[in-house]
Amino acid sequence: MHVSRRKIFAVVAAAGLVTSGLAACGDGTKDDAAGGDDGKIVLGFAQVGAESGWRTANTKSIQDSAKAAGIELQFSDAQQKQENQIKAIRGYIQQKVDVIAFSPVVNTGWDPVLKEAKAAGIPVILTDRAVDSTDTSLYVTFIGSDFIVEGQRAADWLLKQYEGKNEQVNIVELQGSPGAAPAIDRKKGFGDAIAANPNFKIIASQTGEFTRAKGKEVMTAFLQSNPDIDVLYAHNDDMALGAIQAIEEAGKKPGVDIKIISIDGVKDAFQAMVDGKINVVVECNPLLGPQLMELVQKVTKGETIEKRILTEEGVFTQDQAAAALPTREY
Amino acid sequence: MITLTRHRLFWPVVVLVVLLLGNLLEKPDFFAIRIQDGHLYGSVIDILRFGAPLMLVALGMTLVIATGGIDLSVGSVVAIAGAVACLHISKQPDQNAIGGVLIAVVMALGAALLFGAFNGIMVSRIGIQPIIATLILMVAGRGIAQLIMDGQIITINSTPYKWIGAGWLFTLPAAVLIALAMIAVTALIMRRSALGLLLESVGGNAEASRLVGIQSRSLVLLVYAICGLCAGLAGLMISSNVSSADGNNAGLLIELDAILAVVIGGTALTGGRFSIGGTVIGALVIQTLSTTVYTLGVPPETTLIFKAVVVTIVCLLQSPAFRRKVFGRWGPRRTPPASGSAPSEPTNVKVPA
Repeated sequence: MHVSRRKIFAVVAAAGLVTSGLAACGDGTKDDAAGGDDGKIVLGFAQVGAESGWRTANTKSIQDSAKAAGIELQFSDAQQKQENQIKAIRGYIQQKVDVIAFSPVVNTGWDPVLKEAKAAGIPVILTDRAVDSTDTSLYVTFIGSDFIVEGQRAADWLLKQYEGKNEQVNIVELQGSPGAAPAIDRKKGFGDAIAANPNFKIIASQTGEFTRAKGKEVMTAFLQSNPDIDVLYAHNDDMALGAIQAIEEAGKKPGVDIKIISIDGVKDAFQAMVDGKINVVVECNPLLGPQLMELVQKVTKGETIEKRILTEEGVFTQDQAAAALPTREY
Repeated sequence: MITLTRHRLFWPVVVLVVLLLGNLLEKPDFFAIRIQDGHLYGSVIDILRFGAPLMLVALGMTLVIATGGIDLSVGSVVAIAGAVACLHISKQPDQNAIGGVLIAVVMALGAALLFGAFNGIMVSRIGIQPIIATLILMVAGRGIAQLIMDGQIITINSTPYKWIGAGWLFTLPAAVLIALAMIAVTALIMRRSALGLLLESVGGNAEASRLVGIQSRSLVLLVYAICGLCAGLAGLMISSNVSSADGNNAGLLIELDAILAVVIGGTALTGGRFSIGGTVIGALVIQTLSTTVYTLGVPPETTLIFKAVVVTIVCLLQSPAFRRKVFGRWGPRRTPPASGSAPSEPTNVKVPA
């Protein structure tokens, strides 16, 4: 008994050592790579973590495009913890990298470390997520998607489909997790854009929590209580993919009987478009690496850049899906 | 009438009926069931179908709670089971081959059983408190599921696998039949043999049970393993229903719903007496509540409050002290609530299991 307990403690202790070792790696405080004396631009990037396929694609894009652009990348993974990210940024400041970029884990509490960067004269670029600070001089620019625009694009496609027709269009909406920025903004962007036309009516709107299982469950209930649904607007692909199954089980044809609009652009959604089950996908692009590298080069040359830069994103319809599917990276 | 209201399942059933009637008011054809593609189709069927995984998880949870324990790791086990099965199927050259799917199912259930047994060993042999012991797997399990799937959602296209969660048999959802079969077998074993009684005695007083010759430790190990197995089966249903495995979200917070279902069903968290029938009704109440939210169109921002209010009412109705205060003389006259639906009886003097 005693032996086994001791063994367990040994295992736990070993696990502790391993994790602290990993954390040390995450600091990115390697001396050998410091400086930029060889003329190469050094970029310190503090990533949120690897919490989703979207994020993995985001990381890969940044790493690949840094290599392509000849920029030396110092990469750290904060494992969803702000303190790790702050530590990493401090490490970059000590190393005197040329530019720091990061995707903030949370949107508050960044002023002190950003002031340190500013004092050291290192420009900071925010990617994908914003920080909540009154002092906008603390960062050079924020590059990322605009979720409101995504909602608008979804609505634009729909409005075009029914252009010139005067019939009521019943829309059901699958919202993201309550309180999440993409959910709030995608709802607002879409809702505002269709508000001008009284023919378009959102007859039911519930949260599918961004998951397939919930998307299917909620859509099943929608189909039971609303016999006449024309359009489904889902705040992300996973909910749309779940809803497709619910629609099929109800004996209707997704994409035909009920038009489906979705956001994100994951591979599975493109496959569903090829199969004719999703009508349109508004892209939310994690592949902002090339744009970021361009910005880094501009910043180091001292060029002025805009405070807010949108990622390049498209809207894909069924006829474009088959061509785009093989190139989808996430 | 008095004996009816004193039945321990009376109040949970009342709440379930009230919820269903509430839906009927909003939607007159709520109970309508029609034949669609050769199987039954309607709101009530949907409640049963989407409630089946929760019923299973709550079934296992009932047994664990009966021994005075708790299992927080069921949600993670749900995710792991789905991940193991979907990963194996996705690697098959022919995803529709029954053999491959069967192996995947056996692998997933085996993994779930192992993780359940791991909990059981932590609790019964090593003596870690159940809430802590299962917390370990609750946290680590999602990591394991993510690791298995490399952080991605795996989508599969396998008709036999899809049958588990979204298939039909004799016009009824297969998931419901599987859950009912599991419940029936468990109830039979528990009530037709002495096993149920032994569990209650372990939950009542583990040390005293051991002293009278009951193998408390083995029983505790057994129920955690069964609980893991039930969660694994639920995980198969959930992932099969959407033909994909999502390590991040599958079964997220289902442990809380399961505990709630058990409590609504009249089983005390302190261990001892348990009611499998009550748990089934509890699970149905929770699923009906979700459906009610959709039917009534409760805005997502207020959904949680709506649910909380209903759950509070259920819990208050379950309390004899509250009923006596509110209903006063109108309620059935009774001697102190020694029997009946009182969940927390003072007979349960707890000794850490």
